[in-house]
Amino acid sequence: MRTQTTKSAFWQGARDGAPFILVMIPFSMLFGVVATESGLNVFETLTFSVVVLAGAAQFTALQLLNEGAPTLIVVITSLAVNLRMAMYAAALTPYFTGASLWQRSVATYFCVDPTYAASVVKFDDNPNWSMSHKLAYFIGVAAPILPCWYGGTLAGALLGTAIPAEVPLDFALPITFLALIMPMFRSVAHVAAAFVAVVVSLLCSGLPFSMHILVAGFCGMITGAAIEQRLARRAEGAP
Amino acid sequence: MSFSPTTLWIVILSVGLGSYLMRFVFLGLIGNRPLPPWLLRHLRYTGVAVLPALIAPLILWPPATGGTPDPARMLAACITLAVGYFTRNVLLAILAGGVSLYVGLGVLG
Repeated sequence: MRTQTTKSAFWQGARDGAPFILVMIPFSMLFGVVATESGLNVFETLTFSVVVLAGAAQFTALQLLNEGAPTLIVVITSLAVNLRMAMYAAALTPYFTGASLWQRSVATYFCVDPTYAASVVKFDDNPNWSMSHKLAYFIGVAAPILPCWYGGTLAGALLGTAIPAEVPLDFALPITFLALIMPMFRSVAHVAAAFVAVVVSLLCSGLPFSMHILVAGFCGMITGAAIEQRLARRAEGAP
Repeated sequence: MSFSPTTLWIVILSVGLGSYLMRFVFLGLIGNRPLPPWLLRHLRYTGVAVLPALIAPLILWPPATGGTPDPARMLAACITLAVGYFTRNVLLAILAGGVSLYVGLGVLG
């Protein structure tokens, strides 16, 4: 009985993960194409996607490598782009309390945008789910997505050299990131954070080692957090 | 390739390990200890802060044109932004931006 329900939790996860395939395949293919255009071979490109498993950070790393930024800056900036995943992990931690260390180690690798987004909603709706249910669901969400991410990267890498040179791939990163950011604007604080980040980034773009991204990103985060706190206080303390 | 394979591998492995570890710190090590609210509050805004900071100069001063503002790329960025904002559909926005850039470069040179 128990195995059967765990199985159904897995399939429920797979169903909730499936729609993300539509985003993952083109996005990973684009990465594969851009990576091979930057001179990476197929093996390097695929390893990139398997090891890092985060499109935004992968694109960032490529961009900065192409600009000739120092290695340390490339790594720190890409990790800064990935900081949101630390937040996902922090938010999911209470649900996985009591799972074994190896289970949590595996879950850590699977903790990406779609698995987080689907799971926080599901776990809140089903507070009586056992640990094996939650783990099965979580892995289930990842199950259709990860193979698409790897496969798409591979397909893009194999296609890459076949794309005619006049296709303006240099602008793939700005367009992709613009499209990714828009649905994130959920409050005034989010918009203000982005606005401050853009202004500071433009003002500081002369800084060496592409440091403007980190400086501006930091300023944007402080702005967003400060406005959120102020709005919350006003809502509480309204006379 | 403007960078050495060694540099590339250092980047791949460090970014991979780094982003694994910053999740494992919470899921694996901290367990169920509650995190300070100020930390979570700042982490919430990483996406909307870091990504715009990264692309803003690339849109205004594209490296492909040697840093000269380019009407076709600017227009493509505006269209991506508008489609993304109104439809909240990531794929549609990327597609609209890509097509408008391709057409824009053909028309505007």
